[in-house]
Order: sequence, then structure tokens, then C-alpha cells
Amino acid sequence: MATAAHSGKNYLNEKSGLWSWLTSLDHKRIGIMYMISVMIFFAIGGTFAMLLRWELFGAGPTIMNAHQYNQTMTFHGAIMVFMVIIPGIPAFLGNFILPLHLGAKDVAFPRVNLMSWYCLMVGSAIAFWSLFYHGSDTGWTFYTPYSVTTQNGTIWLVFGAFIIGFSSILTGLNFIVTTHKLRAPGMSFWRMPLFVWALYSTALLQVLATPVLAITLLLLAMERLLGIGVFDPNLGGDPVLFQHFFWFYSHPAVYIMILPAMGVVSEIITAFSHKTIFGYKAIALSSVGIAAVSFFVWGHHMFVSGQSEIAGIIFSFITMLVGVPTAIKCFNWVATLYRGSVRFDSPLLFALGFLFLFTIGGVTGIILATVGIDVHFHDTYFVVAHFHYVMVGGTLMAIMGGIYYWFPKMFGKLVNEFWARLSFVFIFIGFNVTFFPQFVLGAMGMPRRYFDYLPEYEPLNRISSFGAWTIGVGFLIGLGVIIHGLLRGKPAGPNPWGAKTLEWTTASPPPHENFLVQPVVTAGPYEYR
Amino acid sequence: MSTVSSSQHNNGHHHAHHFESAEAEYHASKFGTWTFLVTEILMFGGLFVGYILYHERYPQMFHAGSTFLDWRLGALNTVVLLFSSLTMALSIYYAQMNDKRKVLINLYITLACGFVFMIVKAFEYTSKFSHGLFPGKYFNPHEPHAIQLHQQFPDLAQYFSFYFTMTGLHGSHVLVGMGLIGWLIYRAHKGEFHSGYYTPVECVGLFWHLVDLIWIYLFPLLYLVG
Repeated sequence: MATAAHSGKNYLNEKSGLWSWLTSLDHKRIGIMYMISVMIFFAIGGTFAMLLRWELFGAGPTIMNAHQYNQTMTFHGAIMVFMVIIPGIPAFLGNFILPLHLGAKDVAFPRVNLMSWYCLMVGSAIAFWSLFYHGSDTGWTFYTPYSVTTQNGTIWLVFGAFIIGFSSILTGLNFIVTTHKLRAPGMSFWRMPLFVWALYSTALLQVLATPVLAITLLLLAMERLLGIGVFDPNLGGDPVLFQHFFWFYSHPAVYIMILPAMGVVSEIITAFSHKTIFGYKAIALSSVGIAAVSFFVWGHHMFVSGQSEIAGIIFSFITMLVGVPTAIKCFNWVATLYRGSVRFDSPLLFALGFLFLFTIGGVTGIILATVGIDVHFHDTYFVVAHFHYVMVGGTLMAIMGGIYYWFPKMFGKLVNEFWARLSFVFIFIGFNVTFFPQFVLGAMGMPRRYFDYLPEYEPLNRISSFGAWTIGVGFLIGLGVIIHGLLRGKPAGPNPWGAKTLEWTTASPPPHENFLVQPVVTAGPYEYR
Repeated sequence: MSTVSSSQHNNGHHHAHHFESAEAEYHASKFGTWTFLVTEILMFGGLFVGYILYHERYPQMFHAGSTFLDWRLGALNTVVLLFSSLTMALSIYYAQMNDKRKVLINLYITLACGFVFMIVKAFEYTSKFSHGLFPGKYFNPHEPHAIQLHQQFPDLAQYFSFYFTMTGLHGSHVLVGMGLIGWLIYRAHKGEFHSGYYTPVECVGLFWHLVDLIWIYLFPLLYLVG
């Protein structure tokens, strides 16, 4: 810690002992607690992904039966969505970076912040109990009527997701108030880093969409306990209403997952091109634009649910609209790279990987938004490949890039650049080997969610499984890089990347109150050249 | 935002270390509360959408269901809650005026109104239960009028599903609100609220008004439809 603050004290060594962490109100410590929990959840969810690909390695039962496959798929989906990708960037990187980016000492409500971590822990514990003890098998979407009739512990998984939802709401609420009320003197909205814009847009979604999930899950629980008949056609209800409610949350939730990733990529690309970001306002406003449009596209999950044709066509058009702000971002990132002094360090590699994979994921999203084509592709592996390109190729690439980018700030140490780049190579190649064949399989008509398939799908599935294990190796290398960096990393200094945002003006790791002297902002966030 | 000191005193209230002044903390707390209220509205919004949808689909059944409710009890509860909103607002006013005694009186009245509301609700629930008017699959009416309506509208249970879910969720909010008011009373007794610091009174007040407001929508929808 050669570069610690004057007193030698920073947020890591100011207090010691497990209890001081579990009761800490410091946003940086809470961010690290999120980091550890999300990494553990990711390891569990990833293990299930490996098992799924093992089962699909050959036609017929390979290592599990159909029922176990359904459970494994539920485990993988529920853990990855609710416990990894949704809290991943906002609650972990966002918690750590947002106050630093704003020049604030902490988030607006530190105790609420800690509470939201405990909500995630309690909700996850309940969800895990439901998964492992009862063997929930509904998939992460809890579609009725199956979720009402299956005997496998749906109610606890629903309850767990309900509590995790509170974690998300509280984080979002905290970020909104922090962004409005705790900006450093001189930091106008147009001087905020783009990561803050992305987190702010995400927070709006968390606050506005998650309560609808809460009431949906509450009604689902009531349906199971009391048979209230809101979703049960035998009692006068309508199962499609569940889908409407569910996707009214879960489509914006997709942007809860991707918007902060876009923010991370904006930061990395401008820092590693060493050039003022191109189109700052366009990128900032497109985050808000995506957030706004995301509330009006949920029907594209339901093209074959029996909703009216006119509704399908309207949803189709609005869905394609999402491509506009997204493309604005992509073009601006590329324009930033153009004639920049580009440094190909590991964070930038992941950002470029994001750009490549996310573009494929986004363009196939436009394909799926076309009603007529979607009727063919619906519930095939084409959809699986599409959303993995966005969620894994987008969000997880950004998380990895963000970890490597901010690791020196978090722990005051540098990671081993060679191994960090190697983890990128494995993840990037493995990812394409896994999911590109799935586009082909989907186009050939292979349906998703089945534990078995016709023999002609076998070769491509085999390739896909090999790819999945390559990704697994890549993430294990990444874990090794992080652990090695913690134990043996060289001192980083306050600003190893020569970046311009406020977090790099303070010591690494930062002192308890972030800045020894309150920063005063006099210019935009990316004053390179 | 130009003067910065981390431990300013403002009328004796210590604000948290990361705010520049007690006033900044007050505004942040109020803003946070409003944001929280938005989430509450969206959560209840799901129920209202469900209600509107099925009311549109089975208007006569909803009308038949509403005949089992006593609008006088609903109206009584509406008046009780509206009055409690007044006393809640007055307690904030008197906190600003540094009148501890009147703050406490008004908070006690507000709490009492919450009790009255819940007691009336309990009477209504028990009378429904005693006639077998349970929600969902437990719906088992055993008086002739109800049995006849049930034969006419086989999905009649759904009306009671909505009735119990909506009033149940609302009632749980009343209970939470009463708990919060109890906490305010405890702190007010210790003399913690004065013109320089009344943030908790104001924030709980906002929550209480929202709970009141939701009831103002529930009352006509459930008791007066048709």
C-alpha cells in the first residue's frame, strides 16, 4: 500500500475483523461484500451451466434425467438472473464507484445500502433452500399454470426472488437520491461520468419496474396458497395476465442488466483511447432513452401467447426502436477509439469483446423483434444464443473489464496483465464457440428447455459444450488473476491508467471518506485532448 | 454547495458525516421517501390493473360481490383515515413550531385512528369468514342469498380474492404505518423533534398519507361499484 493516504489509513485497513465488515456502512466495503457474494453465486450458477452443457453433449440421457435437467436449468437461470447479473454491476461496481465518481463521501443512505445487501443475502438463502431442498423446476420465469400446479417448492423460490427484489429497489433508490443530492461542487448533470448516467438510468428501472415483480410474485404466492384464481382459468383467471405482469418487470430488468454494462464500457473505452469520449451527450441521453423505451416492449416475449396481432405489431416496432439508442452508443464508442492513443490492456480487450458480442446479440434481437420471424424462432436455441450474447457477451464481459479496470483502485494493486489477457482470450473464444452454433441450431429448429434432442443436432451441440468448458477455464483464470493480484500484486499508485474521472484523483485504495479534500469540479469528466 | 464542513451543528441535530449540512440531509431523506412512495404506487398499481381487467370481463359478478360489503363501514373507515391524515399533518406543523405536547397529542390521535381502522376491518373480515366468504378455492358460502349468487356467477370467489388481497395488502401497510408512528411517539417523548429536525415525522407522514390515498381508491372500487 505504498500510496495510501497521509495517515496510511484506507477503507480496507481502517478497521479489521469480520464483524467490522458485516456492519460497515462504507459504500466501498459494501461494494466489496457484493463482489464476493456475486462471485460465489456466479461460481454456483456457472457450475450448473457446465452441467447443462455436459448433459447436452450427446443425444439421449448423458448424466441426468429430464426432471433433473429441468431443475438444473432452473438453478442456472434463477441464480444467474436474480443473484448475479442484476446485482452484478450496479450493486457491486456501482456501489464502489458511484460516490467516487460524484466526488461524494458515501451514498445518500448508507444504512439502507447495507440493508439491501442483507436483503440479497436473505433472499438468496431462501432461494437456494428452495432450489436445493425442494428442487424447484419452473425455470426462472415461473410461468403459470405450471408454477401453480408443480409440487416442487415454487413458493420459496418466489419468496426469495421477492426479497432480492427489495435489495434491487433499495439500491436503485439510494443511487437516484445520491446522484441528485450528493454531487461535488461544480458537478452539473452534464459533467457526470457516463457510468453515473448509466447507473442513474438503471436505478430508474429498478425503482419503477421491480415493484411490479413484487406484486406479481405476491399474486402468484396467493394463487398457490389460496387459489385466488387471478391466473387460473378454472377460477375465471387468465394465465397470460401473469406473462404480461412478469415481462412488464422482466423486460426492463434486461436493461437493468445491460445499461450499467454500457456505462462501464464507456469509461473503459475513453480511458484506454486516452481521448475525450465522442458524443458525450448522445451516450448519456441514449441511456435514459433505452430506459424509457424499455417499459413499452414487454409484449415481444409474448408474440405466440395469443395476444392480439395489432399488439404484436406495435410491440415489434417499439422493440426495434431500442436499436436506435443502442446503435448510437456503439457508433460513439467506435468513434472514440478512432485516432485515439489506444492501449490494449485487459480492460479494453473486454470492452472491445463487449462491443463485438453485444453487436451480434443486439442485431439478432432486431431479427427476433420481427413478429413473423419470431414465430419460427420462438422457443428455439436461436433465442438462447441471442440473450446469452447480450447477457454474457455483454454484461459479464463488462463486469470482467470493470473488475480489471477498477481493481487497482479497489485494492491498490495491479493484476498480472499477461494472465488477465489470457483469461480474455479463453472467455472470448469459448463464448463464440459455445453460442454461435446455437444460432444455427435454433434456425434448424432445435427447441430450448429440453434435455434431449434429435441426433442431427448432435455435432453442433458437442462443439457448443466444448466452448462452454473453455469459458469455464477462462473464468477460472480470471479468478486466479484476482487472487494473485490481491496477494502478490504490485502497488498501483493512484492513477495507473492515466484516466481522468474523480476516483483516480484519490489514493488507491481510497480513505474512508473517499477524498481527503472535497473535490471541486471545474470541467467535464473526460478532459483528455 | 460551496461551504463544506463535515460536522456542522444545526439546532443541535447532528447530521450524517457524508452530508454537508442538516438541510441537505433533510432534502435527501424527503426525496428518498418520495421515491419509495413511487415504488408503493407501482406495486399497488399491479393490483389495480388486475382489478380493472377482471371488472371489465365480469362486471355483473363484481357488482354481485360488492353487495356483500357494507358501504357504511367502508365510509366510516374512510372518514377515520382522512381525519388521521389531518392529525398527522398537524404533528409535523407542531414539530416545526417546537410544541412537543401538541406533536404528541396529534401522533397519539393518528395512532388511535389506525387502531379504529384495523378494528373495523377485523369486524368486516370476521363477518365475511363466518358466512364462508373466503378468498379463492376456500370460498364456501352457506347462506341462501350467497349460494344463489354463487350459482349465478361461478367465479364469484374471484371478487373476494381481489377484496382480500387488496384490503389485506393495504391493511398490512396500515400496520406498518402504525408501527412507524409508534416509533415517532417514542422519539417525540424524548424530545428529539423540533424546528431544526423533524425529518422522520415528515417522512412517516408522507407514507401515512399514501396509505390513506390508496384507501380512498379502494373504497369506491370495492364498496361502491355497480
